[in-house]
Amino acid sequence: MPHDHLSPSGHPYREDNDQPLTYWQTMEIAVRELLVEKGHITAEEVHAQIDAMDARSPAMGAVVVARAWTDPVFKAALLEDGSSACRDMGFDIGPMHLIAMENTEDTHNVVVCTLCSCYPRNLLGLPPDWYKSREYRSRTVREPRKVLAEFGVNVPTTMKIRVHDSTADMRYVVIPQRPSGTDGYSLDQLADLVTRDSMIGVAIVKQPGV
Amino acid sequence: MVRVKDRWPPGHARTPAYLRGKCGIVERSCGMFNNPEQNAYRLKPDGRELLRVRFTMAEVWGDAAENPDDILEAEIYEHWLTPLD
Repeated sequence: MPHDHLSPSGHPYREDNDQPLTYWQTMEIAVRELLVEKGHITAEEVHAQIDAMDARSPAMGAVVVARAWTDPVFKAALLEDGSSACRDMGFDIGPMHLIAMENTEDTHNVVVCTLCSCYPRNLLGLPPDWYKSREYRSRTVREPRKVLAEFGVNVPTTMKIRVHDSTADMRYVVIPQRPSGTDGYSLDQLADLVTRDSMIGVAIVKQPGV
Repeated sequence: MVRVKDRWPPGHARTPAYLRGKCGIVERSCGMFNNPEQNAYRLKPDGRELLRVRFTMAEVWGDAAENPDDILEAEIYEHWLTPLD
């Protein structure tokens, strides 16, 4: 049995993808080939677009958050219109409609898409696999405190949880609370602390060295 | 106050089942967007106002709510909402 064989690292070999293409894989290839053949786009353009999406990462969001922590005027603009504020910083977020939600002493925000897996890809890059799982999508709206506890975030009952179900055209980014002990930090140092999960709302930003 | 319509039409809609029939308040307007129920079938879409509606967990889940005062917000198109005022 091939899957019984282990690689030298002790992990099983990944099986080759010899199974037939699915309907939608075939459709994607057919449409792409037709578009290229008819001269609407080139294969290079397709690849460049994939590169552009892969180049997006949580680091972009982290810079936005760090600036919001240090620049009250920018934070106000970000909360007012998330898309414009990100574009004004020079980020190409395409046509995305972004809403920023700020964590405070009283309120913890968390983002989910129960219908599919809507995610602010144009700011944070591709979503983590768990974000698309049925468990996360169904449980976060029903028992957010339990879900957050499993992520290691225990929200006291004195705080309110605000769950954002990303059901339609808007995308969400959470502005986590700035950790204490970071008073003299530069923008870059602050951005280094901001994790992807903290911008989804399933983590808090930790004080460095604690 | 608004109530999400308890409608179950066939086809694509972006109103989650668990919010149909539930009451909330409008948190903000997101502006006009193409109606996804037409867009999904390549029909010429009408513009619809998209609203963020805020519900309490008590309203959504009743006695089963994990914490009744926690909040859930979702985007609902205007034609799925009935004003209650």
